[in-house]
Amino acid sequence: MFETLSDRLNQVFSSLRGRGRLSPADIDATCREIRIALLEADVALPVVREFMAKVRERAGGAEVSEALNPAQQVIKIVNEELVAILGGEARRLRFAKVPPTVIMLAGLQGSGKTTLAAKLALWLKSQHNTPLLVAADLQRPNAVQQLQVLGERAGVPVFTPFPGNGVGDPIQAANLGIAEAEHKLHNVVIIDTAGRLGIDEEMMRQAADIRDAVDPDEILFVVDAMMGQDAVQTAQAFLTGVGYDGVVLTKLDGDARGGAALSIAQLTGKPVMFASTGEKLADFDVFHPDRMASRILDLGDVLTLIEQAERTFDQEQAATMADKLASGEGFTLEDFVEQLAMVRKLGPIGNLLGMLPGAAQNREALSKIDDKDLDRAAAIVNSMTVEERRNPKIINGSRRARIARGSGVTVGEVNQLILRFLESQKMMRQMMGSMPGMPGMRRQSKSRGKAKKKGKGGGRPAGAGRASQQSAKEALEQLAGLGQEAGAGGGMARGGPLGAGADGASPAALPGLTSLPGLGGGKGAIQFPGSGGFSAQPSKLPAAFRGRPGKQDR
Amino acid sequence: MVHDIIIAAIVVVVAGGGAAGLVPYVRSRRRSLPPGGQAPAGGEGQPGRSGTQSGATATATLAPPEPGTVAPPDLTAPPDLTAPPEVPARVVEKPPPSAGRLTRLRGRLARSHSAIGSVLLNLISAGKLDEQAWEEIEDTLITADMGVGPARELVEELKTEVKVAGTTDPAAVRQMLRTDLIAMINPALDRTLHLARHGDRPSVVLVVGVNGTGKTTTCGKLGRLLVGDGKTVVLGAADTFRAAAADQLQTWGDRVGAKVVRSDREGADPASVAFEAVNVGIQQGVDSVIVDTAGRLHTKTGLMDELGKIKRVIEKHGSVDEVLLVLDATTGQNGLRQARVFAEVVDITGIILTKLDGTARGGIIIQVQRELGVPVKLVGLGEGSDDLAFFDPQVFIDAILGE
Repeated sequence: MFETLSDRLNQVFSSLRGRGRLSPADIDATCREIRIALLEADVALPVVREFMAKVRERAGGAEVSEALNPAQQVIKIVNEELVAILGGEARRLRFAKVPPTVIMLAGLQGSGKTTLAAKLALWLKSQHNTPLLVAADLQRPNAVQQLQVLGERAGVPVFTPFPGNGVGDPIQAANLGIAEAEHKLHNVVIIDTAGRLGIDEEMMRQAADIRDAVDPDEILFVVDAMMGQDAVQTAQAFLTGVGYDGVVLTKLDGDARGGAALSIAQLTGKPVMFASTGEKLADFDVFHPDRMASRILDLGDVLTLIEQAERTFDQEQAATMADKLASGEGFTLEDFVEQLAMVRKLGPIGNLLGMLPGAAQNREALSKIDDKDLDRAAAIVNSMTVEERRNPKIINGSRRARIARGSGVTVGEVNQLILRFLESQKMMRQMMGSMPGMPGMRRQSKSRGKAKKKGKGGGRPAGAGRASQQSAKEALEQLAGLGQEAGAGGGMARGGPLGAGADGASPAALPGLTSLPGLGGGKGAIQFPGSGGFSAQPSKLPAAFRGRPGKQDR
Repeated sequence: MVHDIIIAAIVVVVAGGGAAGLVPYVRSRRRSLPPGGQAPAGGEGQPGRSGTQSGATATATLAPPEPGTVAPPDLTAPPDLTAPPEVPARVVEKPPPSAGRLTRLRGRLARSHSAIGSVLLNLISAGKLDEQAWEEIEDTLITADMGVGPARELVEELKTEVKVAGTTDPAAVRQMLRTDLIAMINPALDRTLHLARHGDRPSVVLVVGVNGTGKTTTCGKLGRLLVGDGKTVVLGAADTFRAAAADQLQTWGDRVGAKVVRSDREGADPASVAFEAVNVGIQQGVDSVIVDTAGRLHTKTGLMDELGKIKRVIEKHGSVDEVLLVLDATTGQNGLRQARVFAEVVDITGIILTKLDGTARGGIIIQVQRELGVPVKLVGLGEGSDDLAFFDPQVFIDAILGE
């Protein structure tokens, strides 16, 4: 929707800035907006009602006394509640004492069971298991072939006792699959079943029969993140029909806010265990409740952004870049193009910016940013000579005309780009200057080395998600720390020059980015309390929080 | 530290690069270019999927039957496009015609809607329409995925009408609710499929949508429906990404004796498969060509570009008559975003709402229809091969309210 929760809340509270405490009216106004936000995120109505009652109660209680602004405070409560429900009892897969461990997948048609089966198999395999995929979806035409192809891609054997397309008995297929696994010494069996509707009694009975026949250790309910209000009925129908121990959320790489996850978690108390976030078989990970909470509330998702960046960016490249930046003058148009390419790899720029907290306010402007603009900028720079790239000051009128011709733009656009570049170069220098120094950066790089070693020792696959999350948190910590220093130091806060720079660079579009350097405070702060990683430094962070919002309010 | 750099990089890129583009130059959105206006040549956005586009090594095992046929214009070496193996000597089914299908399937619709219908009727029949009752009516509409805005609007309108009429007679209120609901689905929209042959070439249907909504199944069913109405069809398996998608379509095609045009290797260029499908359609003189595409999330720019290319390449043969977006009835508010993006990229002309036989109500179509003006043309009401029917707002609403 055009209006996000952050937008709306900002509207509601624009008149209330500076007032530190929550009145019942504030709570009402905020709750109304949050209710709509939750409904628009496809959280089921009964769940919303229950949830809001709880939030209201907490917001009205004694906890309402700190100096966050009212909206922030209510959102903080909401966020914590969301994380509590979503993250309820995070747990790992239960493995059977006597192998094979049997995992059965169930869900509606088109929720992504077959693909997920292969992803899960690949994930298990990377943890030194020897999974076997069993094709028990004999309903949909060629589902068996699909699993075979996917299994081949994942390098996991697929057991197909029946050809499918309506031929064969899924219960027998499951049974044979387990016998096969015992025979060939596979320690995990993943059974892919046909998609079925919750109200289709015959099919539900069949699923229950498969369950009774193989007595699975885990039954995973596969849900599409785009699912709407019907999630309640479906989840309930599957719970009574087959029963399940965990939920897997698929298609999280879209822009659906995934309220279904909350509905199901709240309604059934079953944890969301995995999330599937892309079309490649490796796009599969354990579920992060804190991120999901922010996503449902549309608060931006810095952690995912950083993780994504980490995956894309070459560490050495980044280090070189850091040195260049540190030397100030060294940032040239060549580096600029390199950066463009790196950022481009991260995905559509609009999505990227959308993940930054505070960016939501400028959604309108952000939606105008087109990836083509980045490509065009790259084209302009690529039309320059090496000399021009290193020293843009030598670009005179005739050079400009040549560059414009070479890149198929107007001279005005070339001018704009050069101007912007010089501005951002200045900005960079300011930022680097005001950062409490490169020493800090060095220190950080040492600790990164350590983290790497730890990762290797502890078995990368198992800890991969957590490790990268850890380092992301480290980064955020550092940012928060910087925010604190800025707040304490007053005067030229780190956010100051950069914020001003960004503002100046594109008055129409990017004021939202002013909140970017302020990650340690402002809206960014709201999601940190829930992210869990910060409770370890209680002394450090609250100060950071209080530092920034206080400043804003004044 | 790395993250600082990353964020700094983004700031710089955005402040520098992004802003450069924000200068108010009129930017022609490439996507909205008139069809055929630009040759889809070298500069096409490469699809973001790995393993595709290795056309250079492919050699055509089956040359186009006529030497003069246009080759797919954008590829130097078209991938193998072999006709399917001979249809095995099995009995070709004769599916029933499309007429009256929705009436036959009404039972399924009612099943999926009974809960909402009875709740609404109970509220109205209670005879006391106070604030709380109105709120409950609104909430009930929201649980049908109608969205907060439209539900609120409908209730406001109904409230006014009730006040004006000065009646709380359940039958009258019910009639008003029915009228309002039907008005929201806008019965005036043209819901027919425009599939007449154009002189010497067939009409073309392009089926698009996100993953897992049931595109391939719908293509198969749509093919059956057309065959049932006495038309001849060719199916084009342009879903070259998902494993075994072409096989799935082949199974559907074989059942009704429709030819399926497919590539014999995975990851072929879907645009060229689609082009070839229309080619075969022209040669065989069929009435319609139905092109199945791979599911793609609307957020993946590369894949959406690929879809735009498929359409442009088909248009080398002439216009695409229907672009049908397949929406899953279980989809929530995200359906609107999907429809918006698809409409922008390929200019959808109709919606097929699938999986309506479950408990989901597919209320999202109300918002989609209103915002984009694109009508729901067909509904999928079950797993049976003939459970695809033309949509009729009145029958649909009556089924909801449980007449």
